[in-house]
Amino acid sequence: MNLCILSGKGGTGKTTVAVNLAVLMQACYFDCDVEEPNGFIFLRPEHITAEKVFVEYPVIDSDKCTLCGQCARACQYNALAATKKNIMLFPTLCHGCHACEIVCDPGAITYLPRPVGSVEKGAAHGVECVRGIMNVGEHMAVPVIRQLLRNLNISKNNILDAAPGTSCNVVNTLRRSDAAVIVTEPTIFGLHDMSIAVELLRQMNIPFAVVINKSQNNDAMIQKYCSENRIKLLGSIPYAKKAAEAYSEGQIISKLPEFHLSYASIADKVQEAFSWN
Amino acid sequence: MKIGVSSTGQAISSSADPRFGRCSHFAIYDTNDNSYRFISNNAQQAGGGAGIAAAQQMIDEDVEIILTGNMGPNAYNVIKGNGIKVFRIGAATIEKAIQLFREAKLEEISEAGAAHFGMGRRWGGI
Repeated sequence: MNLCILSGKGGTGKTTVAVNLAVLMQACYFDCDVEEPNGFIFLRPEHITAEKVFVEYPVIDSDKCTLCGQCARACQYNALAATKKNIMLFPTLCHGCHACEIVCDPGAITYLPRPVGSVEKGAAHGVECVRGIMNVGEHMAVPVIRQLLRNLNISKNNILDAAPGTSCNVVNTLRRSDAAVIVTEPTIFGLHDMSIAVELLRQMNIPFAVVINKSQNNDAMIQKYCSENRIKLLGSIPYAKKAAEAYSEGQIISKLPEFHLSYASIADKVQEAFSWN
Repeated sequence: MKIGVSSTGQAISSSADPRFGRCSHFAIYDTNDNSYRFISNNAQQAGGGAGIAAAQQMIDEDVEIILTGNMGPNAYNVIKGNGIKVFRIGAATIEKAIQLFREAKLEEISEAGAAHFGMGRRWGGI
């Protein structure tokens, strides 16, 4: 089973919850926030192996090219420009869709792979840890997320730590998810962005529940929303300076005695709610 | 000779737009008959590469001079590769911008400005 941890709003504690659940539930951890993966800071996996992620880009044979400009017109991503002297390519905009090849009558276009990121695998705390990471300067996260999720072992339980927001990066993570947990915080921003995530999950028909993080006995706003929208609330994690300190040191918070119970209770409820094996 | 001006509207009284890739229209001024034509910028709503697509539109229109506030590195490379010259305009109407160019009062832009200029601070200006 694949469980996605998402939030809508950034900084609510997706990675904190995902890492702790992976350790407590002994599930494989997948960091799908490939623009800024930070789960490994806490898990500190060892024996890391890496595979590169490639996206194809067109190479134009100037002997065959007639400068007709069909390729530039066909490109939906504006990665090609046809000047009067040559065809200019902007590689970071190219999605490797091959539309330019299809419309090129003289057959002047071939493709070469270009590395855009990598997928890294290791292990820590008895769990397999996998993450995608983009190369500096690259714009496209989705090819990295897709290759990362090709490593999912469907016979195992997997925690998928999604990117913030509800963009293509999150949608592509949810496509491989059987269920989801929204991590929110009891603020107006937390609630607002969570409601967008709820809309997305309902559209994708994925069962989900909510966890409140950084609770300061002010959960009423989120509780009201959840009960009005018939959403299951799995639990609430207290806001504490000690948690922030432990986080800043890259510690796994559920290993601290004062936080163990709230995480263990959420892990139990997740297992119960989604009949996790 | 044709001159392209990034514009906020479709009249010679419209303000010139300081943005190149994301302006709403281009004014195409023809020095042969002093005529103006307005075309919509196909790239305005592009997901990415708007400057490149806008530059392509200028090439396809056979423009030799562009008047705009700022041009990002990608668009500038396309424009330069085609021998088109770019001149900087400040706050002015389309008509005034053409007049200032004809009086040789505009400065030529000899290097690309910041990418994603005029897209707000949402993404930290990158």
